[in-house]
This record gives sequence, structure tokens and C-alpha cells, in this order.
Amino acid sequence: MNRLAVKLPGLDLKNPIIPASGCFGFGEAFSELYDLSILGAIMVKATTLDARSGNPTPRVAETPSGMLNAIGLQNPGLEEVLKTKLPFLSQYDVPVIANVAGFSEEEYVEVCRRISKAPNVKAIELNISCPNVKHGGITFGTDADTAYRLTKACKEVSSVPLYVKLSPNVTDIVEIARAVEKGGADGITMINTLIGMRLDLKTHKPILANTTGGLSGPAILPVALRMIYQVSHAVSIPIIGMGGISCVDDVLEMIMAGASAVAIGTANFTDPMICKKLIEQLPNRMDELKISSISHLIEETRKEAHG
Amino acid sequence: MRVETMKLISKRELIPSLYELVCEGDLVSEIVMSGQFVDIKVPRADLVLRRPISICSVDKEKKQMTLIIRASGNGTQSICETKVGDSLDVLGPCGKGFPIDFLKKGQHVLLIGGGIGIPPLFELAKQLSLNGLKLTFVFGFQSKNQIFYQNEFEALGDVFISTDDGSHGIKGSVETILNSDHFNEEADAIYACGPKGLNRMVNHRYSKHPHAYISLEERMACGIGACAACVCDKDDRSGTNLKVCEDGPVFKCGEVIV
Repeated sequence: MNRLAVKLPGLDLKNPIIPASGCFGFGEAFSELYDLSILGAIMVKATTLDARSGNPTPRVAETPSGMLNAIGLQNPGLEEVLKTKLPFLSQYDVPVIANVAGFSEEEYVEVCRRISKAPNVKAIELNISCPNVKHGGITFGTDADTAYRLTKACKEVSSVPLYVKLSPNVTDIVEIARAVEKGGADGITMINTLIGMRLDLKTHKPILANTTGGLSGPAILPVALRMIYQVSHAVSIPIIGMGGISCVDDVLEMIMAGASAVAIGTANFTDPMICKKLIEQLPNRMDELKISSISHLIEETRKEAHG
Repeated sequence: MRVETMKLISKRELIPSLYELVCEGDLVSEIVMSGQFVDIKVPRADLVLRRPISICSVDKEKKQMTLIIRASGNGTQSICETKVGDSLDVLGPCGKGFPIDFLKKGQHVLLIGGGIGIPPLFELAKQLSLNGLKLTFVFGFQSKNQIFYQNEFEALGDVFISTDDGSHGIKGSVETILNSDHFNEEADAIYACGPKGLNRMVNHRYSKHPHAYISLEERMACGIGACAACVCDKDDRSGTNLKVCEDGPVFKCGEVIV
């Protein structure tokens, strides 16, 4: 038996390691560095109905143990993703989790409906938490009623399980988590980035052209752990955790907090081989910590949370 | 492209805070064009972004490459503090370099550089010189004490220098040299790399030239085309952009908006 395997709605994961959306493109560049079939799954770049060219530059800035980004949902649009990006990934034995973004309920619904029919898309990650676009993204994820309605509408048209990606930029993330569970979400992915900013000491102006951006990297790990812990105690659907993971201990810690699998974001920039390394290092570290299997650890954590 | 632990073979400070690092490893055999770059992991856990550094010269037989790095921030400072014999975590080679295949022996090539933008022009110049081309260099520096690699370039062609403060060569910018009456601007190919102002000037000045190229710099995260941080807009009213790390860093003049 594969002690790293995890079974989630729509997803048979060889292991709990998934590159996070926005940090891996559609896998092309990383496929030159290692075999993508080793991954648990791939969360591809957010896809909108039409192609988007994103925000002005600079779009990234470094921060202590982290970074800010304000890419602005640049992507080639649904048609191109269906025509070239997803077929490219079909050569690998790896489930794709399609990240869907939009600027209106109609757009989310349309993208969900069509992208969920792509043969290698095994789940949708509904991006209601992008902090870097006006009018779309996060505005759907900071109000419980709106999040509920959008989840319900997208769930109805999706032919694969629907995971909703939550924003940490809210007063009470548990309220939003409960709302999307009620709306029919099959799972939750969390957390998206925390809104932050940096200024240039010479120009006295924000470094990012967008003024603010999303903070990611090791700096946000404790925030992610806290929120995953809270949400896992409040809902019964599974959580794919993300936020600042950079080593194998972080992976296990996040699962202990209540995640059933984890996504790796910023760490791919620091070390493009990180996902491969984490998959290779997990068994040894599990031996040292006397963890028999990931699914056992998940079960144990769930019992603790739900009695 | 690969991620490799490369050994630091030698290091010297060319001018204050400007270091020449020679690294050795198999990655060097994959470098196919001058103008490509490598992405170096900062040897500090709190700095999460790699630093894109242009390749200054390549010795494929020795599996060595030379990088010139200005220790201008915490990251580059930390990379430059690496001791000879220790290793650097290097991703590369990244990006597309300077196209040269169209050039024929005896033709004239103009190479324009400014400050820390000059290093990638060195490997290019070495290759062009081996191919029997006549080279003219126009370089801009802040002042006399910022000049580096002058002898190395003078061995390959005619070198014209401008300084902002007039402490060496012509007072002004590279544009002052290009605009001077006696200067021969006619060239079969033009290559440039420098700060944004220089790149913008060259991009505009030679936008109609059939073989003029600039190498751009932009804040990057992944360095391999995955994150879409380092984009520049195409100059064709299409509303689309190109990635400096993957589609560049070298672009044809007039192709993108600088």
C-alpha cells in the first residue's frame, strides 16, 4: 500500500503534494526539470473566460521570508486553456485541478461548466479570493451570502467536484467556509494570499504598480495553520491546505492542522525542485515521527477535530 | 535547463561592490546563446526569490561561466559573499539570447551598454569577434571609478566611453556619443543592454533597424515563464505581453514597449 496516497472527492492522489495555482503556470517549464507524473495533482493557473494580460509591472516584490505578487490573473483564456494547455498536461499521469476565476457569476459558471468537461480536469478550484483585481475575485469571497450563491451556481454546472479557495482577508473565515459548504462545495482550498504592500525608499511610492499585492511564502505559514485548524473544526468537507510551506515538516504540520493534502506555492520559486524533494523526503520524516501513512494522520486529526 | 549546485572557482572585486564570479558545473554545456541568464538562489533562508544574473562569458571546455554581479541589495550581497570553493544553487540557462546567425564575416556590429548591463555583451562580443566581425562598443558609466572590463573589450574592437560626470571619455550618456558628428552609427547589427533609460532610447532609435536587439531587466519570481511577473507589453496594439524571462530577455527593437 502507498502510505503517501490520499483519496479526496474526485482526486486519487499518489501523494499529498500539489503545486499551487499561479506558481506553476500550466506545468510547461517545470516539465523540463522533472516528470510531472510524480505529483499528487497540479493546480493550474487561474483561468477566466477571456484572455487577460494582467496588471502593470512591477508585479512582484520581496518581503521578509516572503513575497508580494499582483499578477492580476494573466491567463490565455478558456479557449486556449482547453485547446493547448490542458492537452499538454494530459501526457502526464496526474490529475489537474482547474482554478477558475471571474468577474461575474455568469463568467464563473460558464468557465466551470466548460472546463470541468476536459478529460484530465478532476476537480475545480473556485478562485473567489484573488486580491489583485478590481471587481472580481476577492469580492466573491469576503461576503458569506455571495460566496454561498456563487458556490451553489457553480456546483450545479460542474461535472467534477468543486473546491472553493478561501481568502484570509476576512474577519471570520469560518463563516465563509460554512457558507461554501452549505452551497455544496465538495472541499475547501486555503489560504490565498494576505493583502500587503511595500514602498520604495527612494521614490516614496509603492513598489508594486498595483499598490498592494498578495503576501505569500514562509511568513504566512502560521496564519494558514491557524485558519486551517479553525475551519477544519467547523466544516466536514476536506481541506487542501496552502500558505508558506517550504519543507517536509511544514507539510506534516499543515496536515496535523486539518489539511488532507497541501499545495506548494512560493517555494517553487525559491527551489523549482521543491515538490519532487518533498515527495522524496516524506517517507523518511514520517518514519522518524512514527507516522504510518498520510491517510492515517488525516483520520487521526479528523477524529480529534470532530470527536 | 536544470538546477545545479555549482562550485565557485574564483572571485574578484572589479570595482567597489562589483564582483566577477567564475562558477563550474554541467549547466554550462546547456548554454546555447550569449545573452541567456541564470537564476541564483540567495544563500539566506529569509530571501525567497532567486536573483536573475546575466552570463558574462562561457568556457565550455572547462565547464565554467563568468558572472558579474553588483552587490546592490541584500540578495546580491549575500551571493557575492560566497567563498571560493563553496557552492551556489543555480537554475539555468534561462531565456533567449542575442541572435547572431544572420551576420557575415567583415560586417560591422555596434554594441551599446550601460553599467551593469554591459556583462552579457562580453560573451556576445567574443563570439562575434571569432566570427570575424568588426566591433564598435559604446559604453556609459556613472564615472571613471565605475569602469570595468575596458581592456577586455578593447581587445575585441573600438571602445567609446561616456561618463555622467565627464571624469572619463565624453561627458554625457551613450546617446551623446551616438549623436556626435564623427561617430559611425551604420551597423549590420546593433545589440544593447543597460538601464531602462538606455534600453528605451535604443529601442526607439533603432525600431526600424532590421537587426537591432535589446536585453531587458524586470523583477522576476520564477525565472522560467510560469508566474507571469516579468512581462512587457508588445508594441503592436494587441494588448498582449511577453515574458522577459522566457520570451526574452533579448527582444528585437520595436517589438515591445520599454
